[in-house]
Amino acid sequence: MSASIQDQKPLYLKVLINSFLVLWLLMAAFPFLWTAWGSFKVEADFFSKADWTNALTGVMTIAESGEYFTTDGYHGAWVQEEFWRAAMNTLIVVVATVCISLTFGTLGGYALARSAYRYAFWVLLIALVFRAMPPITLVSGYLLPFFELNMWGHLPTSIIVLVAINQPFTLWMLTSFFKNIPQELDESAMVDGCTRFQAFRRVIIPVMWPGVITTGLFSFLLAYNDFAVTAMLLNEENKTMVPKLAGFLGTTQTKGNVMFAVSSVVSITAPLFVLVMFFQRQIVSGLTAGAVKG
Amino acid sequence: MKHRSFFWFMLPSALAMLVFIAAPIVSVLIQSVYAPHEQVIKVVESCSIFGCTESTTVDQDATSALRDAEPLGRFVGSQIYTDRNHLATEEIAVAWQEAEGFGDFFSKATNLPFYGAMSFTLTYTAVVTPMAIILGFFIALGVNGLPKLLRGPTIFFSLLPMIVTPLVGALILFWMIDSRGVLGVGLQNILGDPTLSLKASTPMMWVTLIVYGIWSSCPFAFVVYYAGLQTVPQDSIESAKLDGASRWQQTWHIVIPHLVPLTTFMALIKIMDNFRVFEPIVSFNAEAHAQSLSSFIYNDLSGETQLLSSAAATSVLTIIGVVILLSPVLVRTWRDYGNQR
Repeated sequence: MSASIQDQKPLYLKVLINSFLVLWLLMAAFPFLWTAWGSFKVEADFFSKADWTNALTGVMTIAESGEYFTTDGYHGAWVQEEFWRAAMNTLIVVVATVCISLTFGTLGGYALARSAYRYAFWVLLIALVFRAMPPITLVSGYLLPFFELNMWGHLPTSIIVLVAINQPFTLWMLTSFFKNIPQELDESAMVDGCTRFQAFRRVIIPVMWPGVITTGLFSFLLAYNDFAVTAMLLNEENKTMVPKLAGFLGTTQTKGNVMFAVSSVVSITAPLFVLVMFFQRQIVSGLTAGAVKG
Repeated sequence: MKHRSFFWFMLPSALAMLVFIAAPIVSVLIQSVYAPHEQVIKVVESCSIFGCTESTTVDQDATSALRDAEPLGRFVGSQIYTDRNHLATEEIAVAWQEAEGFGDFFSKATNLPFYGAMSFTLTYTAVVTPMAIILGFFIALGVNGLPKLLRGPTIFFSLLPMIVTPLVGALILFWMIDSRGVLGVGLQNILGDPTLSLKASTPMMWVTLIVYGIWSSCPFAFVVYYAGLQTVPQDSIESAKLDGASRWQQTWHIVIPHLVPLTTFMALIKIMDNFRVFEPIVSFNAEAHAQSLSSFIYNDLSGETQLLSSAAATSVLTIIGVVILLSPVLVRTWRDYGNQR
């Protein structure tokens, strides 16, 4: 019905909007596709001064390895430079960080959502300031105490630091989520004789999962994408993927093994691709949760 | 909720933040007024048949013993804040007196490392935030007009620049604009200058970093606006159409006012994120041309000898900057809260 009034866009507008969108999609997707494709080539093809089509035709790749695609970059990074170790470390750090920060965050967020006192507001305001501070400013405060306490370099140290840095955001997100769960739900449980914690466990926990999963996704991204904390607080052997990649830039670029870095870039990006594919809806709703409600 | 149960529920989270966010701020403050110990010098008298000569050498044992005993270093007060690498009070005073006009003073000041980092960080924040929001708005309008079937894949690809690790995203672009990369070679061909390199000049580097910033932060604006567009009141649109409002008038008078509250929220988040710009500078290897406050701290910390005190002083100044930047928001939130009660 409404379409009849005036929903037909003029042709020039359609063309304009769609070409703009195509241009944007190219900008957004092409770099990733190009790099993923190029990671199976040799350096002389991926970085070709003479002719950029070399990356497509793979002239040098065929000349050097005899095949159209080569996995030398991946072999060099994962086996020779032990990138698998970094991948394991990332797995440990990310899983632990997400689990701990969600546990802390749900408890805290629930308390903040249900408390009407002024200090709850203060906690949120301070958390906002903490959220705005660049993590690297905190790192310079960690180093000396961690050296003195012999805590520097270990995975658990990074995990707990990432959990703490994650808390302000997690608290904000979960507080706004818990505020949307009607208060009558847990209060009626308490009228029936539950303690506050029992009410939380029996009534709130069963219904909180959508919010927790969304928040968990963002905790995951923060821990997975972190560079400042993991680069400065982990020793060589405990390095996670992102600082390990940064290390490749310093050392292997001179050896002409920039393809190690290219293949690790693709290896780091691949899980994120899968994540967005499966959780696109949750990511979009999480990003807008704070905004649309105001 | 009772005070008691609030306390227990809040405890783990509050403890984590106190120990690993609040305490480090204190630690940074303390560290910033201490400088590393100077080396202990000892005078050695060496005598030979021609008489005795005195020579000075570094007493390695005593130096390391002192450093172990007092790892903080010696107390120097505000000296680190005023030195050349931070607020550079002397240099600024000299530049102020000698400068011919404000522009000259400005360029002299931004040649000092701290002010250089500050000017890049502020420029980056001031340019990237609005540009990303505007671009995101247009993408959202475009996607909103797409048929349902195409929206999902479009959103998927549009999210990538934001979701991907900043260090990785910046590297991917960096390799493409390399003078041997596909975009770098393309630019050389278009401009007919085979020696062109975006990495070689400071303005080019700034532009490249800002382009990266817009690329990586407009998806956030897009998603928020896209969600906002779904909640535009349809009856207002309908009645505007009946009143004969054109497409532009509808957008300008109904859609945009509806999205304004989202814009303030988004600008706040984006300003916080852009102010801490760091990874692209590492990825682009741009330290020679552009430093942000964060990368300035990182450089102090990752050198051969870690300059803890210098990094601490910059951190304190950065935190002050963050609080100043946030102060309008804090004051407003504070007032809103007061009104609610």
